[in-house]
Amino acid sequence: MNNTEILVIDDEIQIRKLLEITLQSSGYGVVKANTAKEGLAAAAVSTSDLIILDLGLPDENGQIVLKKLREWYVKPVIILSVKNNEDDIVSALDNGANDYLIKPFRTAELLARIRSVLRNSTVSQDVPAIKYEDFEINFSTRSIIMNNAPVKFTTTQYELLTLFVKNEGKVLTHQYILGEIWGADYITQSQYLRVFVAQLRKKIEKNPNKPTYIITESGVGYRFVAKEIE
Amino acid sequence: MNSFTLQNSINKKYQYLLSLLIIIILSTIIFIFYNYIAYEVSFILLFSALYIYIFLDIFPAIVATILAGMAWDLLFFKPHFLFDLHKIENVITILVLFIIGLINGIIITKIKKIKKRQFVERSLGQTVKFYDTLLNSLSHELRTPISVIVGATDNLLQQDIKISDSDKNNLLQEISIASLRLNRQVENLLNTSRLQSGFLQLKKDWCDINELIHHIIFQLTDQLKDHVVNVSIKKDSLVVKIDHGLIEQVLFNLINNAAQHTAVHSVISIVADYIDEKLVLIIEDNGKGFPAEEINQVFNKFYRSQNSTTVGLGLGLSIVKGFVEVQDGSIELHRSIPTGTIFIIKIPAESISPKTTEDE
Repeated sequence: MNNTEILVIDDEIQIRKLLEITLQSSGYGVVKANTAKEGLAAAAVSTSDLIILDLGLPDENGQIVLKKLREWYVKPVIILSVKNNEDDIVSALDNGANDYLIKPFRTAELLARIRSVLRNSTVSQDVPAIKYEDFEINFSTRSIIMNNAPVKFTTTQYELLTLFVKNEGKVLTHQYILGEIWGADYITQSQYLRVFVAQLRKKIEKNPNKPTYIITESGVGYRFVAKEIE
Repeated sequence: MNSFTLQNSINKKYQYLLSLLIIIILSTIIFIFYNYIAYEVSFILLFSALYIYIFLDIFPAIVATILAGMAWDLLFFKPHFLFDLHKIENVITILVLFIIGLINGIIITKIKKIKKRQFVERSLGQTVKFYDTLLNSLSHELRTPISVIVGATDNLLQQDIKISDSDKNNLLQEISIASLRLNRQVENLLNTSRLQSGFLQLKKDWCDINELIHHIIFQLTDQLKDHVVNVSIKKDSLVVKIDHGLIEQVLFNLINNAAQHTAVHSVISIVADYIDEKLVLIIEDNGKGFPAEEINQVFNKFYRSQNSTTVGLGLGLSIVKGFVEVQDGSIELHRSIPTGTIFIIKIPAESISPKTTEDE
């Protein structure tokens, strides 16, 4: 953890300062840039393991900076922006952002997101089964086990849950999920997705009205959050 | 005001055409019945056309008057169909007509100008009043949390005074609460200006109403901890196509209001249904309710109940109404029996058919 370096690209000095204090006290190394130009240059020369990028930079649109970065930068990028417009968030995710956070943000939340994207970029998901507190999913037998007994899941429900599990901690947009599960012709039919998510929650959540596994990212998509247990 | 707006709505080019048409039609009608009426009467009838001038600008009005004079001379003076300006009385008649038309035109133009000015002044006055009220409540609502933040940080930054850990923690808590309050007020202001600007674009997408309501209740956990909340969704799977961001704000404001303005242990009930292709949301509480004499004002901007002791800009309910109406919806406020408030919201929305919810 101590060797992890984070590049912060943000034009607001106060935000850079806050991020520096927050990240350093959690043991991360911090490199700072206050324009798109400086940021791209810093990303090229530094050995940063993660980039925190503001969308509202003075010299260039953050979405374009993101696209330029993604031409060669393969490590995680987290967007930190005052833009709470869902379209901006979806395009940032489409442009290759791993996650996003809206200002004002809680620092605990930011640190959790950083841990999650760093974990996903290092750990391979190639395992035969994953066990969570309330259920276990076995990829080789395509079955879900709850309270030591297999539970009947329809094909779609199983595929949807598998997609979530394999992208633990990551925001999946509605379009992405619809394309993966139902196919390209269905990417606008998000009503199906709402219904199936409600069905999944009824099966795996202790209280479907207070979901802890499948979290809604309003207007954007869903995020599967869970701690794997041994 | 009416003539002012009507005049604006008629294009200049059409005004000339209109005056020509009126004179031709009127002259033809009078000419047909000419044998049955005296020529003085025809004069008066032709002049009745001048009433239409209220809707015309000064120049089309004068053109119409000259046309009327010519028509009168051509049709109703012997010899017919010939201009005969040799007789002094014909010349005088046309001159009189012209002067009347001119005076008419000038007076009407002046009246229109005055009305236009009044209209501009009135809307300007409303705008000034709006910003006065806005600034007054803003300076209070924003400065209070800012004062808390500045004061608390000053305390924390003091080197010479030793603050106990628990006090330090309390100050930090205060800063956190004040910041969140500031953020909420900014959100309200942004929403108000979105509505005010008229550029609010709807983003409709499918939304699971059950999930939305529980999400809001979760967000309001702190505010609702001393209240009893009942949620009832009348359909098995209520998934409708709406602007979920706007509905979320509407429900948030209404439930937050109910929590703030009712006593502890009050009951807040939220009902969602789908009737006649409309999403129906009912938010009811058994608090004191709004005073009867204030019922008509609750949706106004900056409305604050007389007997309210809580803080706020008074924008919440005006945003609720704006966000409902921008989706072609309606909102009603009723007094609950024996006490309390009921808000009923109806928004036209597409709904998912139960068939599509079945899996293979």
